[in-house]
Amino acid sequence: MATSVFALEPLWLALLLQALAALLLFLIGAVVVGYLEHKVLAHMQDRLGPMEAIWHGIGQLPADGLKFLQKEDIIPTAADRWVFALAPAVAVVPGVVVIAVLPFGPGLWLTDLDAGIFFALAASGVTVLGTLMAGWSSANKFSLMGGLRGAAQLISYELPLVLAAAAIVIQAGTLSLPGIVEAQHGFTLFGVPMIYGIPHIIGLGLFFVAALAELSRPPFDMPIADSELIAGHMTEYTGMRYAFFMLSEYAGMVILSALATVLFLGGWYPWPGVGLPEGAAGMVLGFVITFAKILVLSAIMVWLRATFPRMREDQLQRLSWSVLIPLGLLNIVLVATAKVWF
Amino acid sequence: MSVPEVVMLATGVVGGAAALLVVTSRNVVHSALYLVVALLAVAGVFLVLGAEFVAWAQVLVYVGAVVVLLLFGLMLTRAPIGPTGQGNELGKAMPLAVALAVFAGLVALIVTSYGGEVIALEHVPPAALGEVLYVAWALPFMTLGFLLTLALIGAVVIARREEGEGPLPEPDPDEPEAAEASPPDSSSWPQRQPEPTPDEREVSA
Repeated sequence: MATSVFALEPLWLALLLQALAALLLFLIGAVVVGYLEHKVLAHMQDRLGPMEAIWHGIGQLPADGLKFLQKEDIIPTAADRWVFALAPAVAVVPGVVVIAVLPFGPGLWLTDLDAGIFFALAASGVTVLGTLMAGWSSANKFSLMGGLRGAAQLISYELPLVLAAAAIVIQAGTLSLPGIVEAQHGFTLFGVPMIYGIPHIIGLGLFFVAALAELSRPPFDMPIADSELIAGHMTEYTGMRYAFFMLSEYAGMVILSALATVLFLGGWYPWPGVGLPEGAAGMVLGFVITFAKILVLSAIMVWLRATFPRMREDQLQRLSWSVLIPLGLLNIVLVATAKVWF
Repeated sequence: MSVPEVVMLATGVVGGAAALLVVTSRNVVHSALYLVVALLAVAGVFLVLGAEFVAWAQVLVYVGAVVVLLLFGLMLTRAPIGPTGQGNELGKAMPLAVALAVFAGLVALIVTSYGGEVIALEHVPPAALGEVLYVAWALPFMTLGFLLTLALIGAVVIARREEGEGPLPEPDPDEPEAAEASPPDSSSWPQRQPEPTPDEREVSA
């Protein structure tokens, strides 16, 4: 298997470059998906969306970033200062850390951990702490309700997410993300090269629904329901701290789409069995293919936002505990049986 | 000192300080947040010792689920910000004595068992851990899983609504006061039907 392009000497240079690359990928991914959301949502609602900033509003998000920078940073008098100030950072850091294990092409990953998928799911689960800290420390009832709903939702949907990923780990026989891509490359269903997403259609559905809920995106946006909670845990935030929460949501879309791409859609290969050219051309092509898959999945997330009404809290909890989790357990039994059988 | 030793010492200092703050902080939510730092430090120790999978499991289970559940409970019951300053009937001396005794006992145990012995650090891949858990220790592992499932079912049984608990049965529609108090179209709302009691079931059968 290829090694990472960041396997450099000396070590400190490699680490520095890795940290920089993770931060850059995090920001670029978040801005691209943010722009995608603005435009796709606008066209689905039969309007233009941002048009003024440069060509077709492509400079809208950097402009928004500048706007957030010059806004006053307000901390409410009654707020718990330290917790309030730290919450946006706690929401952002897990995203940057998870980027480090995501493979964006052959050799295009920062590190290949033995337990890569497990690490990605564990670290992204920490994001909810930021939501809870923000909700509690704002000293605002809307924020507190948002924080509580967010916590209840993330606990419920963490399980189907992990169960769906576990079934793929059983199938691939490895926890490493590049390892899963390579295993999928050699996978055949009755002699036909096939992505995992087709035989594992239950797992793909589970993973995608749970990912939407983990991101608190519509139809699972009860924690930030604007018509009843203003903006949930983000109600009291202004300026850069608010921008951090938005960044973590968009980067979360990139990360979970990238994980779904690796687990179910064949990663950087166009289709299992179809190889890529060696060297730099393969890397560029692999990166383009991975990013195209990520953007398609993100666009579906936006599509669902434009389509579905918000789910009520009790419907949301019932869906997870009495439909998705039993289905996830059944899926693991099916996959394990099939794996032993064939 | 080698790099792993320095990192180990650092995680130990951070974890120990955070653990002290958990018990000394006057604000319970702050205590829970310090607990996050302490648990992350423990994950760091696992990582330095080469147990990568155990470290991530620590993050996923303890930071991602247990502390979140704990914070959820605290925020539901102790929403106001500020010190909660609740006294403990045991005071401070008793818990301190117990904690020091446990610490001394553990130090004595570890020093007498491993004192001076140097264990070489090696990376343990998840597959090796799986072989130990599911092959060599399969029976104890499954027994533990069975025990935890039993505890889970027990918790569900205890938390379940029993007959006679929960919302009161529908008021009698003939009674004028109840009809006046309820909105005019309340009959069209979906409402929870009370479970039939055993007596009613017998009558209807």
